[in-house]
Amino acid sequence: MVQKLTYLQETPSQTAGPYVHIGFAPRATGIEIYNKDLGFDIAGPNAEGERIRVEGHIKDGIGAKVKDALIEVWQANSKGNYAGSDSAVEEGFRGWGRAVTDFETGLWRFETIKPGQTPAPNGRVQAPHINLWIVARGINLGLNTRLYFDDEEPANAADPTLNLIEQEERRASLLATRIIQSDAVVYNFDITLQGEGETVFFDI
Amino acid sequence: MIKPGSFYQRDMQRQPPARVEAYKTSVSRSPNYPRIALENTIGEMTGPVFGHHEIGPLDNDLLQNFAQHGETALGERIILHGQVLDENARPVTNTLVEIWQANASGRYRHKNDSYLAPLDPNFGGCGRTLTDENGYYAFRTIKPGAYPWRNWVNSWRPSHIHLSVFGTGFAQRLVTQCYFEGDPLIAKCPIVNAVPDPEAIEQLIAPLDLNAAIPLDCLAYKFDVVLRGQRSTLFENRLEGS
Repeated sequence: MVQKLTYLQETPSQTAGPYVHIGFAPRATGIEIYNKDLGFDIAGPNAEGERIRVEGHIKDGIGAKVKDALIEVWQANSKGNYAGSDSAVEEGFRGWGRAVTDFETGLWRFETIKPGQTPAPNGRVQAPHINLWIVARGINLGLNTRLYFDDEEPANAADPTLNLIEQEERRASLLATRIIQSDAVVYNFDITLQGEGETVFFDI
Repeated sequence: MIKPGSFYQRDMQRQPPARVEAYKTSVSRSPNYPRIALENTIGEMTGPVFGHHEIGPLDNDLLQNFAQHGETALGERIILHGQVLDENARPVTNTLVEIWQANASGRYRHKNDSYLAPLDPNFGGCGRTLTDENGYYAFRTIKPGAYPWRNWVNSWRPSHIHLSVFGTGFAQRLVTQCYFEGDPLIAKCPIVNAVPDPEAIEQLIAPLDLNAAIPLDCLAYKFDVVLRGQRSTLFENRLEGS
């Protein structure tokens, strides 16, 4: 006989279902219960760095737009520090947020600042990136991915995570495209759940 | 402050796979390629922190938080309570728990829900709270009704409450569903059965908890949530990067 390991086991995930907005963004469905829905101000007014807008669509295996998804965002500030770690961030910088796909068009977007480089194990450095987590009807376990920036070529080329992706052809699925519009710097990031150009997802 | 360590590997054999034929929507929304395993970096080990000032006094009381003055939601009054723990059985304190659910008839207050059962004018269906210093949370609500959905012709979801929990790191982020002891629809549901391990399914079923019921007022169900455990950095501390 050996001693017993006494670890508990993680609660299994279940899909967030079609009505995830009631829980995470009730105002999007016209429910005014909370004085404020959480997650719709990611960087706050005092954040340093470049103000950017990130937007895109999510497509399923047929190429159809997913119109009932919710994306959560987790990112560092422009100096590469995360809120909630022991590094200082600007007052009001949360680094976390939520984006809801539009019920009609499927477009999702959020306003934030471009994050800085963050440390990786063994003295390496990670290219600027935003961590994303996607839940929706039909998704049994939230999908984790990363958004990198297509104008950060040298940093991306040295990024330990991008370099983990054996098929180089798949790395492009994590690059957001910089577009200068009249009112904002926009990064377009389309997510493909399945099929041609399928986005790389991580088991983190 | 203790430096965050990486989280225990997620046991994917206890988690539902992406593609589950019987749950039809998953067929076109599941990646064809496996997830790439990624060792935790600082961005996976940290996560957002929420404060009490962000939560309103009725946010965890679904009987009242949408009700007209002097009214209350219709249905079986229950307390849903439990503890959020990690795999080391340590309480996860001060973490955000959010829930959403249908009303007693199985109807959601959502523009996309066209089920013929009526809305309850005094029930919204969402709640949120922070766990206390022992990892406990509690909501007051009504027991949701089962409802039909277009999967097979005659598919019905068991009564359930959707739950979202954060933990301390983004890698712990979890959304799940709480079912109720004794519901015969649980065994027939393809979303429940997406979880391959029958013991893991039991972890999703809240037992009736008479000890927490309030006599002549409401029943109670207990639903504990376990998030991934975190390593202590015994020998390695390679996170810092320099």
